[in-house]
Amino acid sequence: MHFGPHLLLAALEGLVTSAVLALTALGLSLVFGVMRVVNVAHGEFFMLGAVLAWAITTAIGGHPALGFLAALVIAPLIVGALALVAERLVLRRLNYNPEATIVATIGMLYIIQQLALTFYGPEARPVEPPFSYRILLPWFGYSGYKLSVIAASALLLLATWLVLTRTKIGLVMRATQYDSETAQAFGIPVGRVYGGVFALGAMLAAIAAVLIVPISQAHYLMGQDPLLLSFIVVIIGGLGSLRGTVVAAVLIGMSDGIISMFFSPTLAKIIATLLVAMVLVFRPQGLFGTASR
Amino acid sequence: MSEASPAKAYTLHLGVIALLFVLSFLLPEYYHGLLARIMVLAVFAMGYNMLFGYVGLLSLGHAMFFAAGLYGAGLAVIQLGWNVPLAFLGGIACGAVLALGIGLLALRTTGVAFMIVTMMFAQVFYLLILYFATWTGGDQGMVVPQPARVLSFGATALELTNPTVRYMTALALFSIVLLVTLAIVRSRYGRVLVAIRENEERTKMLGYDTFSNKLAAVVISGTICAASGAAYALLFGYVGSSFASVQYSILPLLWVLLGGAATTLGPLIGTLFMYYVIDITSGYTSAYLLIVGIALILLVLFFPKGILGSVRQRWLGWLP
Repeated sequence: MHFGPHLLLAALEGLVTSAVLALTALGLSLVFGVMRVVNVAHGEFFMLGAVLAWAITTAIGGHPALGFLAALVIAPLIVGALALVAERLVLRRLNYNPEATIVATIGMLYIIQQLALTFYGPEARPVEPPFSYRILLPWFGYSGYKLSVIAASALLLLATWLVLTRTKIGLVMRATQYDSETAQAFGIPVGRVYGGVFALGAMLAAIAAVLIVPISQAHYLMGQDPLLLSFIVVIIGGLGSLRGTVVAAVLIGMSDGIISMFFSPTLAKIIATLLVAMVLVFRPQGLFGTASR
Repeated sequence: MSEASPAKAYTLHLGVIALLFVLSFLLPEYYHGLLARIMVLAVFAMGYNMLFGYVGLLSLGHAMFFAAGLYGAGLAVIQLGWNVPLAFLGGIACGAVLALGIGLLALRTTGVAFMIVTMMFAQVFYLLILYFATWTGGDQGMVVPQPARVLSFGATALELTNPTVRYMTALALFSIVLLVTLAIVRSRYGRVLVAIRENEERTKMLGYDTFSNKLAAVVISGTICAASGAAYALLFGYVGSSFASVQYSILPLLWVLLGGAATTLGPLIGTLFMYYVIDITSGYTSAYLLIVGIALILLVLFFPKGILGSVRQRWLGWLP
């Protein structure tokens, strides 16, 4: 293959990564933006989505599309419910203290990971894609499913954006984000908003995982890379900024796809992590974010 | 932390050291080895406590300082053929230099950003160890050869692989670090650190240079953690990348939270307690991460002061 098609392939792969990453990071960013806490267990909600997708498709059987659609609905609901319970039982009692929350979510990370290992096992298991149509380009064939992941992710991002900016729910969320005390004074049930946002964030990660699981298999440690990458995306995009998150996800996903096709993936990770740490040190509001309040 | 009781505090600490010394002759072989390991790791926890407990800076990247000592000492012996005391000092120096660099950068941030920045620097350090696998052994790690692990004073040679020598060396390191932290905490400088933890703005207004005080605390903390890592490499003979992973940044946090942040003996108690809990439960289940997770959540929810912190609050107000 010549350089051009090679680059196109890398870019397409990068775009798939970006699509999934944008959804996952958006969940993390929403939780940080509205609640001002960092959820270290976010990657485990992602992993849980993938593992549940495997369990649901295996239980249903029949045509792969049937099981996949069921997983796309049920897995995020289960993960969301679990996140809600965790939020009620732990985070609320900690009064959303940022540092205590990080320690508690580290605890959740270990618990979820260990339970997945105990009940699901250490194997990586595949999920069949709902359809296996290949689009034939002049140079190579490309999976139609991967392209549909990009489209699905774009639709979901658009939907989230519409909800945030055009509906009452979005208004309530933004009001809570802007000033939770004043919001409370105006009769907004801030506690319930926090619960909902935490669940929504986890659900976004779970949806992203269900979408990616037919491409990469379900494994109990698969939450670690998305967590780190989401951190990177959220920091570069500016904490709590939706547009910045999407732009940064595309940037990171594409460069990850392209750099690791031509260089060592470890080196790519080292450079990316170091750059992001430097961004956080010297430009804490992110590259696209506005100055923090 | 009242002024009136320096004698009481020093008696207590010397008593703990004496108790550990006597235990060396009483414990059965298995627990003897375990306690030696716990003392070395408690030094790691004490280094962590220096920053987290007294300055209130929560780092999620202290594994890099431990690993700097571990690899600094290990590589010096394996690749350069240095002798044990020199390699130990080399490991400590690596940790101190790294801590100075990281401190200069990370201290520009505060709160949550500080936690994430330290975690990312530690991740870079971990990935660098994997990347330079030709020298570091990658994720396989390296074994420090037994013949090299000898402390020689003139004609007498002490083999660090001998259990009693190993225990006494660990105890010596532990005692020195314990007394040094006690002295630091009781000094003027220690008071300034606590003042920064309680109210940084006010401390600044009183004329203290909070940045350089915090920087010094990061360097002291990193140096102590590196000493623990260097001792671990030389005493137990294994240098591995898993010691640089995120998990080894979380564990000292857990030990300190459990034992009691900002208490000098808390790190020992926390490390001891957690090790025995894991040791006992490993008979029933291999899921020790589950226990770590549950312990972390229960601690922050119901017991944020830890064991010694609660004891100090209820009964012994003079406890340092």
